[in-house]
Amino acid sequence: MRTPLFLLLAMTGIVAAQNVRLNVPYEQFTLKNGLNVILHVDKTTPTVTVNQWYHVGSGYEKPGRTGFAHLFEHIMFEGSKNVPEGKFDEWLEAAGGSNNGSTNVDRTNYFEDIPSNALELALFLDSDRMGFLLDDMSQSKLDGQRDIVKNERRQSYENRPYGYAFLMLSESLYPASHPYSWPTIGSMKDLSAASLDDVKEFFRLYYAPNNASLSIAGDIDPVKTKAMVEKWFGEIPMGKPVPPQDRTVASLAAEKRMTIEDRVQLPRLYMAWHSPATLTPGDAELDLLASVLAGGKNSRLYKRLVYDLQIAQDVSAFQSSSKLGSMFVISATARAGRTLAELEQVIQQELNTVKTTPPTQREVERARNQYEASFIERLESVNGKADMLNNYYYLTGNPDYFNEDLARYYAIDPQDIATVAVRYLKDNERVVIGFVPKGKTDLSVTNAPVVSTEGK
Amino acid sequence: MRNAMKNAECIIDNGQQEGSTIMNYELSIFNSSRIVRIAVLFVVSCVVLTAQSVDRSKPPVLGPTPSLKVNPIQNFTLSNGLRVIVYEKNEVPIIQMNLVVKAGSVNEPAEKLGLAGMTANMMDEGAAGRSSLELSDEIDFLGAEIGASGGLHNSGVTLRSTVSKFDASLKLFADILIRPDFPATELERLKKQYITSIFQGFDQPRVIAAAASSSLVFGKDHPYGRTSAGNEKTISSFSVDDLKAFYSTYYRPNNAFLVVVGDVKAAELIAKLETAIGGWKQGDVKSVTVAKSKQVEDRMIYLFDKPEAAQSVIRVCRIGIDRKSDDYFPVLVMNTILGGSFTSRLNSNLREKNGYAYGANSGFSMRPVPGPFTAASDVQTDKTAEALQEFMNELNGMTKPVSDEELTKAKNYVALSFPDNFSSVGSIAAQISEMVDYNLPANYFNEYIAKVMAVTKDDVRRVAKKYLDTDDLAIIIVGDKAMIEQKLKATKIGKIVPMQATDVLGPMPKL
Repeated sequence: MRTPLFLLLAMTGIVAAQNVRLNVPYEQFTLKNGLNVILHVDKTTPTVTVNQWYHVGSGYEKPGRTGFAHLFEHIMFEGSKNVPEGKFDEWLEAAGGSNNGSTNVDRTNYFEDIPSNALELALFLDSDRMGFLLDDMSQSKLDGQRDIVKNERRQSYENRPYGYAFLMLSESLYPASHPYSWPTIGSMKDLSAASLDDVKEFFRLYYAPNNASLSIAGDIDPVKTKAMVEKWFGEIPMGKPVPPQDRTVASLAAEKRMTIEDRVQLPRLYMAWHSPATLTPGDAELDLLASVLAGGKNSRLYKRLVYDLQIAQDVSAFQSSSKLGSMFVISATARAGRTLAELEQVIQQELNTVKTTPPTQREVERARNQYEASFIERLESVNGKADMLNNYYYLTGNPDYFNEDLARYYAIDPQDIATVAVRYLKDNERVVIGFVPKGKTDLSVTNAPVVSTEGK
Repeated sequence: MRNAMKNAECIIDNGQQEGSTIMNYELSIFNSSRIVRIAVLFVVSCVVLTAQSVDRSKPPVLGPTPSLKVNPIQNFTLSNGLRVIVYEKNEVPIIQMNLVVKAGSVNEPAEKLGLAGMTANMMDEGAAGRSSLELSDEIDFLGAEIGASGGLHNSGVTLRSTVSKFDASLKLFADILIRPDFPATELERLKKQYITSIFQGFDQPRVIAAAASSSLVFGKDHPYGRTSAGNEKTISSFSVDDLKAFYSTYYRPNNAFLVVVGDVKAAELIAKLETAIGGWKQGDVKSVTVAKSKQVEDRMIYLFDKPEAAQSVIRVCRIGIDRKSDDYFPVLVMNTILGGSFTSRLNSNLREKNGYAYGANSGFSMRPVPGPFTAASDVQTDKTAEALQEFMNELNGMTKPVSDEELTKAKNYVALSFPDNFSSVGSIAAQISEMVDYNLPANYFNEYIAKVMAVTKDDVRRVAKKYLDTDDLAIIIVGDKAMIEQKLKATKIGKIVPMQATDVLGPMPKL
């Protein structure tokens, strides 16, 4: 095998100690224009992934232009000065490559998965859109992608049962002035309003090399790759410093309860709380709490609602971590004939219990082991590693934060789980939404007036 | 997300390979003439512009195509006759095991639809005296994934664990595979969960469309046309004895094979497997033959009403090809051009050119006998008729000659992305399972790229004419009937047949 081990396994006898030491060797440098570059060699297969992060997401949008960061992500594939419209994809496919991008509240990422001989092609394409996107921008490109994004919204939210849940949750949790109060997909009204001037302004402000990070992983020669990056990205001028984001910490003064009528047959309950930002104290504890509550048949909520009482069809809990603050969510779908009030009562009992009596050591270890397995799984692909290197760099300044990240989970004991439950999952600081079939508001939670999703 | 494309799907089934060969592949992906062709393509399609210090007037020429080193595929047979195929991949301390049992919903009697899936799903609900909760606790504690599921022709038990937890995981895997208890209380619980999930399917346009495409293309009596999820009546009827009978008939080492991929040493692994599952007993298994289905007749639009739907789910279907067809590679390339890649004609038309949809694609489900061809998109309600017209245009357009550029791009895309299939233990296990299942030749991986590159324009046109005959199509649309019916009628594409979800999903469960 040509490849060095990049995950070194070392068992220790201590149960609670971290038993996996992750080793992802990398090289990092910064171009004169401020572009951060991270290289990681993995010669398992003759493939490379080029992963580009721009440090802008929907949390940087202006009021009235929600959804713009994501719409812009689409426009980035539509050609630039030296890449005629359509050729970005055609050239990559002709080289055996594929690509995609994604936007969240904090960042936008782009990647190309390619055979290793197409690395320079990918760098050419990525650098051309970073340097020369506006040279070939047009109203028709914007209009075309706007229609597609509207259909993405229809497909992913509007035409899906309970699809409005996360649109409503973010709006209810955050004040209108907070950058997380609007959904990344944006509103139809704002998508319609996006103009060519918005595209130009957004590009100049956020798509400069000094606001980006390029992570290249796979079957590469670091010296040659470095030279190629210099060649294609070196000439792109540095942009102005990016204006600081409004970093208000959001909180809820009271519980918000509402009912939404949807084209569904079974009611579903959503509960959401503000929780600590990604990688800050409490974040990892809430990850494990989510697993204690709803990870596997023995988790507390699953066992009671789905397994024992059989009043719910499913239940889930997760900590959705972001840079300015996170969201802890529990959701459960009622069985036919059951009400969300019944589900809420059981969930409340279990929350009360976990706050007063810490979970057992085995529950915590089980949660940690499951988390660790999924963590290692992400490192199997070069694409996963490249994205995590960029993620850690963005959040901590250190691309190799794998062990520090995982170590957080090993430092948690059962009492810590109870402590975060008390501190963050307060009964009077949460959003509770009951989705019910049309005309069946009696199946919802109590004290939850009906609200409309019109225009959301 | 920018796109949600999926490639042509290929459903694995059937076939068993004899003997035990050890192969060592060194795949050379391309010959030099191919590289020249790519370079030519770039020069032709590029705008000449210079202003920057770097010459960006044309994209960089690709370097020599790298070769993919495929590790040996090692074949073994356990003392009970179970065939084991091992692929060592040592970069990440993970092991993936796929045990494939050659029985699925095609083996179910008509009055027991859903039995294969239920049997598989019940296997981890109690085994070797451990309860459902005990098993789940132990698996979760290991951070392992062990599960069973049933498909059309196959069922499977899979395991994925880290190397350090493998021995303990294998013990649980063995209990689940060869000592399942099928407790009655767990069966009653799962029956309610299944029936509720069938009930929920009525809310989901895509679930209705999927059931419709099976039953309207193959007919409700064909094993591919029945809903493999079953219905309230069949699921309610399941007894522990039904499950035990299905299990003991089909879950036999002589009716299964095991693929292991990951950080293992084959010899050590085989010894462990012998201890863990060597005691699994052979049985007398009769194979089931699925009859080839008749092609759909005429062009009909089956319209399911979904009032207020923001989009119409469109599925254009007919019967395609089987996995062992001589037309496999031409169809793969043809479908890549039609709807199997981002730059495919369907996606370019419905998404990029017209903006009717977030994406559009097509695929052939290849099975032991021909499975469905499906062209699919979810389109905005007010453009349903226009979108369907574009589907027709693109399907008909495939019978005209394709350009050299389009052909080269599609072939390169399929051939050059092949090494990506060897990047994870999961995808390698899937590749090898398919190879074993269909008894594909030992040099299959080695010849894959050459076979893709050998496809000609004439091949593409020939298979398009043969498999995309638009006179015979089952067109399924789930959408807001009041908004779309008149315009659909005016297209005159096909007779509109009003449908109910219950026609394809069975009676709505009474809960």
